Amino acid sequence: MTGKATARSMRLLVTLAGLVALWGALARWGHVPPYMLPGPDAVARALWTQRAQLAPAALTTLEETVLGLVLGIGAGGALAIGMAVCAPLRRWVMPMVLLSQAVPVFALAPLLVLWFGFGMASKVVMAVLVIFFPVTSALGDGLRQTEPGWMDLARTMGATRWRVLVHVRLPAALPSFASGVRMATAIAPIGAVVGEWVGASSGLGFLMQTANTRFQTDLMFAALAVLAVMTVLLWWGVDRLLARALYWLPRHADVD
Amino acid sequence: MRAPPAIHLEGVGLDFGAAPLFRNLDLCIGAGTMTVLLGASGVGKTSLLRMLGGLVAPDYGRVVAGDGLPLAGRVAWMGQQDLLLPWATAMDNVMLGARLRGDRLDRDRAGRLLDCVGLSSHAAALPATLSGGMRQRVALARVLYEDRPVVLMDEPFSALDSVTRARMQDLAGRMLAGRTVVLITHDPLEACRLADHMLLMAGHPARLDGIAVPAGAVPRAVDDAGVLAAQSVLLRMMMQ
Ligand SMILES: Nc1ncnc2c1ncn2[C@@H]1O[C@H](COP(=O)(O)OP(=O)(O)OP(=O)(O)O)[C@@H](O)[C@H]1O
Ligand SMILES: [Mg+2]
Repeated sequence: MTGKATARSMRLLVTLAGLVALWGALARWGHVPPYMLPGPDAVARALWTQRAQLAPAALTTLEETVLGLVLGIGAGGALAIGMAVCAPLRRWVMPMVLLSQAVPVFALAPLLVLWFGFGMASKVVMAVLVIFFPVTSALGDGLRQTEPGWMDLARTMGATRWRVLVHVRLPAALPSFASGVRMATAIAPIGAVVGEWVGASSGLGFLMQTANTRFQTDLMFAALAVLAVMTVLLWWGVDRLLARALYWLPRHADVD
Repeated sequence: MRAPPAIHLEGVGLDFGAAPLFRNLDLCIGAGTMTVLLGASGVGKTSLLRMLGGLVAPDYGRVVAGDGLPLAGRVAWMGQQDLLLPWATAMDNVMLGARLRGDRLDRDRAGRLLDCVGLSSHAAALPATLSGGMRQRVALARVLYEDRPVVLMDEPFSALDSVTRARMQDLAGRMLAGRTVVLITHDPLEACRLADHMLLMAGHPARLDGIAVPAGAVPRAVDDAGVLAAQSVLLRMMMQ
């Protein structure tokens, strides 16, 4: 197990090192001006020298992302449960949920900034909007596919609807919900960053945007790298948490 | 446990789509007896059992208990799959009914029942860590925990190997004695070991025909001469 994990991290390191080497070679010998593609060394330097800018920006984005995740998962989950127990709610609200997906959330970003201000709120709302649908539909699917045999059993046992929901349907829907939450974790930072891009006074998206207009491409790449690492770490943490909550799922041979 | 009731089918009929599955079925299932239901695949055994359990309403006629009281709340169900909740321990699975009704959980009794089915050392195990036979025994303990006078079982042991199955038949025969039990099976040996009454379901729409059962009290021994003779007669009958 640990041997496998080590092998996996080794492979990841080798792949990353190879990509960075390729990037370095392209920047150095590819006749690309540094304001278009700075080399890894320049980006590393920017990471270090601009740390006083990058760290608070990352913290802002992380805060917005986590808040958006918590609220979006809470609201999406609650709506999915509501629609599972109350058929009229499903008939009335489901078309609205689908319709909301037809509007590109990114086009709404300027409006959200107008409504919720330049502060954190508009970015949190943005993150909530992008993760709402995956969360709701994942949990909704899970709740709709309860093993019919369990429902038969519960009926003969004289179960109440709520107790069946709490003790059977919700736990059974958890694996499906978990995949929605994983997806949400991966895309929530995008929502926050796009919000910052459109109008903000701090955050990685804001930093990238200002760096972009000033041709500080190395800083822009540095911010991008911080965002990538942050997203991966967040995803990894959430994945661990979900794996613990789903202790009972059969472990398939480690996918490597 | 309250006294087990007889169950009467009165002119019962059920349709799926246009084709009637069965029509005008009249039947009396004796109080406190083990009735085994046989029949070809797709003839409607499971549908009939679900009707007895109140899981589908008959399109015609009615199902009533011999004592005139409603059957709802007096039935325990055991399906073809063990239907254990994979996130709950064996003990919690046994007590599922109490949890779903909001009753007090009786851990002592659940423990004793797990002991009866030989799983006292696996009370804290998750279903995924148990063998198929063990899981089916947990499901049997769950039925016993419900302590209902009527027990309906749909091919409960069909997924087990023949030795485990024979053991489960002994166990179920002993533990369910005195209840009104209806058991579906495709296995003639199982039918001959466990049946106080045997019914063969056949035809479209299906009818129910009684079949003679071997002498002796249930569960009959696997090597009982009467059981073995009846088994081969039954197999021949089912092959026609
Ligand atoms: N919910 C349903 N909707 C439509 N048709 C159904 C439904 N349930 C069962 N049927 C049909 O009713 C018939 C009888 O099904 P049933 O499950 O009762 O058979 P069975 O005797 O239990 O078969 P088996 O031995 O294979 O379990 C089948 O032809 C099946 O296609
Ligand atoms: Mg069946």
